[in-house]
Amino acid sequence: MSAIPKEEYLFKCTSACAGCSSSLCLRYVLKAAGPDSVLVVPACCTSVLQGIYPGTAMNVPVYNIAFAAAAACASGMSNAFRSLGKETNVIVYAGDGGTVDIGIQALSGAFERGTDFLYICYDNEAYGNTGMQRSGATPLGARTTTTPGGKPTAKKDLDRIVAAHNPPYMATACSAYPLDLYKKVKKALSIPGPKFIHILAPCPPGWRYPSEKTVEMGKLAVKTGTWVLYEREFGKLSISGPSKAAMKKPAPLEDYIKGQGRFKNISPEIIDEMRQQVERNIQRLSREEAGIC
Amino acid sequence: MLTIATGNKAVAAAVKAAKPGVIAAYPITPQTEIVEQIAEYVNAGDLASQYIPVESEHSAMAACIGASAGGVRTFTATSSHGLLYMHEMVHWAAGARLPIVMANVNRALGPGWNTWAEHSDAFSQRDTGWLQVFVSTVQEAYDATLMAFKIAEDERVLLPVMVNLDGFALSHIMQSLETVDLGDFLPPYHLPHAVDTENPCVYGPMTGPDDYFRFRWDIERSMRDARGVIADVEREFAERFGRSYGPTEDYRCEDADVVVIAVGTLGKEAEVAIDLLRDEGIKAGSMRLRWFRPFPDLDLAGREVVVIDRDYSFGFGGVVANAVRAKTGVEPYSVIAGLGGQEVTYNNIAEFVRNRHPGEETWFGVSNHV
Repeated sequence: MSAIPKEEYLFKCTSACAGCSSSLCLRYVLKAAGPDSVLVVPACCTSVLQGIYPGTAMNVPVYNIAFAAAAACASGMSNAFRSLGKETNVIVYAGDGGTVDIGIQALSGAFERGTDFLYICYDNEAYGNTGMQRSGATPLGARTTTTPGGKPTAKKDLDRIVAAHNPPYMATACSAYPLDLYKKVKKALSIPGPKFIHILAPCPPGWRYPSEKTVEMGKLAVKTGTWVLYEREFGKLSISGPSKAAMKKPAPLEDYIKGQGRFKNISPEIIDEMRQQVERNIQRLSREEAGIC
Repeated sequence: MLTIATGNKAVAAAVKAAKPGVIAAYPITPQTEIVEQIAEYVNAGDLASQYIPVESEHSAMAACIGASAGGVRTFTATSSHGLLYMHEMVHWAAGARLPIVMANVNRALGPGWNTWAEHSDAFSQRDTGWLQVFVSTVQEAYDATLMAFKIAEDERVLLPVMVNLDGFALSHIMQSLETVDLGDFLPPYHLPHAVDTENPCVYGPMTGPDDYFRFRWDIERSMRDARGVIADVEREFAERFGRSYGPTEDYRCEDADVVVIAVGTLGKEAEVAIDLLRDEGIKAGSMRLRWFRPFPDLDLAGREVVVIDRDYSFGFGGVVANAVRAKTGVEPYSVIAGLGGQEVTYNNIAEFVRNRHPGEETWFGVSNHV
């Protein structure tokens, strides 16, 4: 951990919820990016946790923009900076709603155009900012305020959508593995063009677990294979360290499910379907890493 | 240099002269020729701008917002449904105090699909905090676009400007165009609140009622100050390049008993009608409304007024007629005409004046009177 700078770009005492893992991630993202960086933030928890005007919890410029517009705004800003000869990092830090749902058109456009920026989606699998309504990233069976009986459909596979754009770099990360995230942000920012990092960010009030278990919850996501950490650099996939072992012998899925109130009373059939999804995903990624697909 | 051009190509030529750092745009009929021509300029190396061919108008304005805040001059163009699709970001651009310039080629709104001239698209953005100017000739499209950058970027204004030109009736007709050597007319872009990593600030965060209210007042204060800035810039333009404009273009108004107020090409057409009416002994004049926001002071005391609206606010009346009524107390004869590209000739306009009914409203060719 000694490689991580001591400088803080996200100050203490934000208005984030106790145990907020996305703000933990943001702290490491900014440490990796350094001071010559601008965050572009659509409507999401980050637009709340930065504080109320004229205060700010951030030590880098933050450009808040409307929900659907983050990637396009970043596209304009990146082009402006580059035309002025500035190498400033332009980083979108957006939730899953602003990414997989309302913002996906702008994201797709910016990636297709080859915008030089890093798009980070921190994914707490629901609209956290507005009190936990379902998003396209909400997993099968999860209860939210708009899926009170459990979500009947699977999580939208954002990573395969992004991969279809063939960005030079994309990765998954998890708030429980900050060093892995730090390294991925560093690497992403060393590569020109559009980069993407998808972070699983467990959310205590949304997932309904005690706030002190936020790191444990992220580790369980990875150990059960529910969330696989990997990088795809110029099209070549490599599974990241923490997922290597987990994928060989995943922990029981129930270990991940049982601690979360959002999966309360979930049926064995849905758990079985979730298990099949996890297995299919692990197999697909393993085959791709081995060059079989 | 003297040439001939369409209204669209005149706008593109002005953009080329203004040298924006970033242009982000999406094509839509009848604006398409503007973005095509700009793409040609960039491709040929005649314009060293970053041209971002975005995937939607919402993204076009979002990209302009990012670029303008990032510290460069910024331009986009749109029309009709494109403008409505970017509506959210149109508000955002003004609220963020960014001097973006946008050409809007005025076009009707569906359904049914209709690509011809109407002002409902622009007027639907009336309350966004944008300055709006309406032009009537190819030359004016060029001149107003150039001036728009200077007005928007003035630190007393720092609000975006929409340059409106009628779809097809101006966007696709050819007239003579004199392009100018700008010299130092447009100073280098400087945004006092540009994003700067040496001075980290947060832009557009959660804002409590008191500060939010003050920000809205600041927009209105700048809108008021913009009147003087517009006058200054138009005066300087006249001194340098010999063509002068004002908040309205008045034609034979000095001794007029009846004044026609219209917008865009209909306002120009009205001048021909005025000559016709004068020949008949009717003391008519016209005031073509150029600046719609900020709305100009109109001297209509003691005159009858005929307002032609190429738009409508359903359940309330013509947008311009209502504005004239509210700002001057005059009860105009309100004619709704030209919707969806309906042909309106100078003979028709003369007939509106001859057959006027103050205080009443008529829909040309549809309802009573005409």
